[in-house]
Amino acid sequence: MSYGAWIMLTGSLVGVTCGIVGCFLILRKMAMLADAISHTVLLGIVLAYLVSHSLEGIYMLIGAGIIGLLTAFLVQVLDSSGVQSDAAIGVVFTSLFAFGVILLSAFAGKVHLDVNHALMGEITFIPWNTLTIGGMDLGPSAVWMLGSVLLINLILIFLFYKEIKISSFDPALASAIGIPVMFIHYLLMSMVSITTVASFDSVGAILVVAMLIVPGATAYLLTDKLLVMLVISAAIGVIAAIGGYYAALVWNISISGSMASIAGLIFAMTFILSPKHGLMSKIIAKRSIVAEQS
Amino acid sequence: MNPVNVSNVTVAYDRKPVLQEITFDMPEGKLIGVVGPNGAGKSTLIKAILGLIPTASGNVEIYGKSYKSQRKLVGYVPQRGSVDWDFPTNALDVVLMGRYGHIGWFRRPGKKDTAIALQALDKVGMKEYANRQISQLSGGQQQRVFLARALAQDATVYFMDEPFVGVDAATEKAIISLLNELKAQGKTVLVVHHDLQTVKEYFDWTLLLNKRKIALGPTEEVFTIDNLQKTYGGRLSFLDTQVDASHVVQS
Repeated sequence: MSYGAWIMLTGSLVGVTCGIVGCFLILRKMAMLADAISHTVLLGIVLAYLVSHSLEGIYMLIGAGIIGLLTAFLVQVLDSSGVQSDAAIGVVFTSLFAFGVILLSAFAGKVHLDVNHALMGEITFIPWNTLTIGGMDLGPSAVWMLGSVLLINLILIFLFYKEIKISSFDPALASAIGIPVMFIHYLLMSMVSITTVASFDSVGAILVVAMLIVPGATAYLLTDKLLVMLVISAAIGVIAAIGGYYAALVWNISISGSMASIAGLIFAMTFILSPKHGLMSKIIAKRSIVAEQS
Repeated sequence: MNPVNVSNVTVAYDRKPVLQEITFDMPEGKLIGVVGPNGAGKSTLIKAILGLIPTASGNVEIYGKSYKSQRKLVGYVPQRGSVDWDFPTNALDVVLMGRYGHIGWFRRPGKKDTAIALQALDKVGMKEYANRQISQLSGGQQQRVFLARALAQDATVYFMDEPFVGVDAATEKAIISLLNELKAQGKTVLVVHHDLQTVKEYFDWTLLLNKRKIALGPTEEVFTIDNLQKTYGGRLSFLDTQVDASHVVQS
């Protein structure tokens, strides 16, 4: 496969993986928690490196998974002991992220990671960092990592679909009928954590939030069915990735930046033009009500 | 055996007690109305019975066993405002959620569950709205979907949190006939209610609650001016000499 094709495939995998998980964040009104986790996993990655002395995917996923869960757990603890939930997120996320930055700068010589890279990602280098097993070049390791995370997410969502749905819609009834709402919450947060890490190298901590939230928020405006929302969101992720790549080629700009911008552009267009929940349709509906009354 | 025994239940938020030493038994096959002023702990009582909030002390038994082992016998109608009605789903799907407790892990609702859900929607007069997006339903219709969901739970004891709030006359009527049907089937229903005017008409038994249990018993015995004054204190805006006078309303 060509260099460009690998980048588009990587970007599309980021779009699909983030887009699907992101839908549940939107429905559970947890966009800010995802933002927090996407930053604190930096600490997880650095710790995983310091413990394992390796930058292999599996250690990163475990490290990030643990820190992601820790973030969700600390926010939950502060929240339930009286701290306002947005303040709780702010405190936990900045503290853990800052700790990650300190470790990163202290061991800068040893870790092949810098803050800039972690924040912005560098999708351009993805195709050169390949996975080789037994002398066989299997393609970029990021693609393998993203593919595995996507598969894990899909399996988890398939297995726990109805539990995730009911605990997102009506947590009170869910726990009354014995569904472990907290387990489902942490399951989703784990999915967000590993998704973030897998996407980290390509788009970085800041833009991964865009890929997590924007496609889901857009899909929410376009459909009234949960399954359809997941599909649309994934599709928007892919369009943003491929569109972003070509836009970056044409204008010679950052690939990850233009991917996130395309996603933002799709959202803006949907927000104005969506037939069901868009600004235009609301204005037209209001006009017709006024017209009927007069 | 009584469907529900509540003994000595105390609930506190932070350091403020919300419910204090609540003890009562719910008799089988009765419609029980729970009344009390705002902040009296009516919803909290239901949540404590269903294990949704931690209790500081006390014990709840459903047919003599812990709630955890008797979940399938209990149906629950939360307050309508407690969920996001913009959630991307339709009425049938919401009613099907009432079946989730019976289905178990890793399985999807089957044909039988769908049939039960449709039947439940039919009972509340909402069958033709089965595929309607829930945000497009009126408040009363949404409430009926919630009731249908509780019916789909196929329980023997039901807890309903303010089902009559903000509903139209048709829905109110539908709820009442449903309650009476449940009673005719020998089921026990506890309903948090806010409209004192209709208590005598709707409920066999009444629980008067204001952080503590003021009284519980057959409505004609306990729904007295004396008890109401104890429950509402000075807050009962208007107390006629006769409790069943039509203008005793507290919301």
